[in-house]
Amino acid sequence: MNLQIAAQINSFLAAFVLLTAFAMLVQKRIYSLIHIFAWQGLLLSINTAIVGYVANKHHLYISSIMTLSLKVFVLPYILHVLVVRLKIRKEVETLVNIPMTMLIGLALVIFSYHLMAPVSELSHLITKSTLAIALATVLIGLLMMITRKHAVTQIIGFLAMENGLFFAATSATYGMPLVVELGVALDVLIAAFIFGIFFFHIHTTFDSLDVEQMAKLKEGD
Amino acid sequence: MKVVMIFSPGEIASASILLLMVFALLAGLLGRSQGVLIVFFSLVATLASALTTAAGVMTVWRGTSEQFVLLIGLPDLPFHLRLDPLAGFFLTVIGLLSVFVSIYSAGYLKGFAGQRPVTRLVVFYCLFLAGMFMVVLADDALFFLISWEVMAAASYFLVMFEDERAENRRAALLYLVVAHVGAIAILLSFGVMAGLATGFESFSGYTFDAMRQATFPVAGATAAFLLAFFGFAAKAGMVPLHVWLPEAHPVAPSNISALMSGVMLKTAIYGIIRITFDLLRVFPWWWGAIVLFLGIVSAVMGILYAVMEKDLKRLLAYSSVENIGIILVGIGLSMVFSSFKLPVLAALAMTAALYHVLNHAMFKGLLFMGAGAVLHATHERNMEHMGGLIHRMPWTAALFLVGCVSISALPPFNGFVSEWLLFQAFLLSPSLPSPLMKLFMPLAAALLALTAALAAATFVKAFGVSFLGQWRGQRQHTVHEADWSMRSGMILAAAACLFLGVFPTVLIDWMDIVPEQLVGGRLSMSATASGWLWLTPVASERASYSGILVFIAAIVVYGLVYIVLHVKPGRIHRGPVWDCGFERLTSRMQYNATSFAMPLRRVFGFVVNIKESVTLVPQSAHAAFPKRLQYHLRIRDHVWNVLYTPIAGASFWLARKVGRLQQGRIQSYLIYSFLTILVLLFLTVL
Repeated sequence: MNLQIAAQINSFLAAFVLLTAFAMLVQKRIYSLIHIFAWQGLLLSINTAIVGYVANKHHLYISSIMTLSLKVFVLPYILHVLVVRLKIRKEVETLVNIPMTMLIGLALVIFSYHLMAPVSELSHLITKSTLAIALATVLIGLLMMITRKHAVTQIIGFLAMENGLFFAATSATYGMPLVVELGVALDVLIAAFIFGIFFFHIHTTFDSLDVEQMAKLKEGD
Repeated sequence: MKVVMIFSPGEIASASILLLMVFALLAGLLGRSQGVLIVFFSLVATLASALTTAAGVMTVWRGTSEQFVLLIGLPDLPFHLRLDPLAGFFLTVIGLLSVFVSIYSAGYLKGFAGQRPVTRLVVFYCLFLAGMFMVVLADDALFFLISWEVMAAASYFLVMFEDERAENRRAALLYLVVAHVGAIAILLSFGVMAGLATGFESFSGYTFDAMRQATFPVAGATAAFLLAFFGFAAKAGMVPLHVWLPEAHPVAPSNISALMSGVMLKTAIYGIIRITFDLLRVFPWWWGAIVLFLGIVSAVMGILYAVMEKDLKRLLAYSSVENIGIILVGIGLSMVFSSFKLPVLAALAMTAALYHVLNHAMFKGLLFMGAGAVLHATHERNMEHMGGLIHRMPWTAALFLVGCVSISALPPFNGFVSEWLLFQAFLLSPSLPSPLMKLFMPLAAALLALTAALAAATFVKAFGVSFLGQWRGQRQHTVHEADWSMRSGMILAAAACLFLGVFPTVLIDWMDIVPEQLVGGRLSMSATASGWLWLTPVASERASYSGILVFIAAIVVYGLVYIVLHVKPGRIHRGPVWDCGFERLTSRMQYNATSFAMPLRRVFGFVVNIKESVTLVPQSAHAAFPKRLQYHLRIRDHVWNVLYTPIAGASFWLARKVGRLQQGRIQSYLIYSFLTILVLLFLTVL
């Protein structure tokens, strides 16, 4: 596979990652949200494997497999179990309406491109064009956390942000050292477990997973 | 003495610090048997302090400097130690009083036996001493601050020793807050100096040597000086940062009060001298004017509060504020003279300040130990409930009197010498080139004279009300004389007071190297020009003083009076107290602490926040003959209302405003981070 084709596949996958990010931003149903998250993980995993092959960095295969197992199977499964156990049937509520969120997301993408233009020019990696998309994915994840009220969707936003960071790491420097990636993967897994436990407690305390309810915890003055 | 010859002073001082630290670690093991622990503790602390004193005396005597680099410290930032004459002088001051107080502690701590374990006090006492020694020895900012914090934290736990009372916890907290606000200022000051010395790219600027070699721009130096002065003044208890002193000193155990007031405040003075004269070196005259002005304010305000106080230990604490003021006046004067290139006069003022540092350590240590003995015997701090203690505690009374006479600056004791030297420096101020300072100096000297007079009144009151007259409180039968270890601690301190007062020429000869290195002037040429008998700070035709002759004269007069009175029996006979025609005098009819201070309260009431009220409890028979009169008097520091309450109010107001950011909604918090990230990213593009 020559570099030209690899770079094109990389760009193609990056476009899909961005697409899934937007899809998550606008998706109202929680099951579909989890599915899209799994798809994003799959894209990420394929991308990592390709970068690993092209750049001849074999440790990227390991992180690719880890991504595949964690982000495509384990985490979506945990989230799925959560949703079933907590009997979340409600559609996802948003604070800002969907078209507005889309517009903000677009602005973020443009901003990321503007921001990354000087960096991409300096880079010699085949993945240089995807840096802006990685940043945009991070920002969109954060935006998703802001606009959603439901605790489970906030977690998905958080995990999407992590995906963006991972994507940025692969595209900017051909991945982090393996130790760091292992640590990060473990962190994400543990975070998901802790969130799960917390959700059960929050659910029993507030009888709801709407984070608006937690404003009650504020100290009165 | 042979041991002292083999090892260098720096090694001896370091070894004794190590000894104290090791003992602090091991004290817990001895904790089972409190009696053994106290004896061992007293021995170890006395030994370590004596060794350190010897090291300090030797260093000043030889005028040498030694430097060490320790292997411990942060990576690439080892600790530096340096023992130069200035450090040696302060080591002597701290060590000497620590010897006396450590001897005294053996008896004092026995008073806690059966009430509470003293292990905690022993551990922190050792750490406290070690911290003070290390502060003086430190030769880099890092080690200095670590030692400073060890000292502050250890003294916090010592103040907290009797922590079951809310009053004590509150006082200790106040002390901790002030100490840390001060420490932050000192840290910033070192930061400014290190940054100016080598820039922030290199860390080597943290050593004092790097700061000594740097030349600072005036603005940077001023910032460093003001920060350091603020930080050290908070520790020293200068007005208006003195508020912790009258709270923390009374509640600490008395041996700790003696150390804190006697020597811990002096480490702050050391810091001011070290940074100003050694690290910054060049300064405009108005820095000295600031120090001088605040010193005068501290002296006058401190003694005014002291004279109105009725709690014996609070009185002593306020008197420490006054004495710190006097020392600061000396330092300020020295700075002014030094910046106008008058090295001999600067040396005179510096000698006066340093001499007063030593003197105040001795007599304030003695007085606090005396107050501790009284507290130990009567369980009472309020002078209104004491009286006539001279009959029950003759030793303590006599030794306390020595302290009172010394602090009131009466010859032949030591307080006189340093204050006299300071006045000599003031009298030479017309040689200053600045007309403004020429105008200001006589006023400052007059205020200093007022302070001295008020100090005398304060200690006449302290001694008279507590020790003379008749007993006012209950439980007189439990009052007993202090035991021998407490007595010997106090006797040694009193002897030091007398020695320092009688042989000033010896002392000035000894410590002359310190002002010479700091301001480049010497005093010993002129001061001891007329031989060891006469102290002549400038010239013999101008002013001279001989402590020995005054002492001999005092003894002769006393002896003659004694002989005249006692040579023929029957010349003295005791009769009943003259009762002015009243019958049945009670002890409540005596002058007491409040009534003694009444005239001064009338005159100086406007500078102090006084609230007094008299209520009549009328009798049913006739209104003209009330049953009882009730008199309420409340004296508070003005500073609380003027300075601290507004500051507290402002910080609460600010906190409420900032509290609005706290919405309790996760989304809002996320938006804060989101916007911050965006703004920061945007700034990188620009």
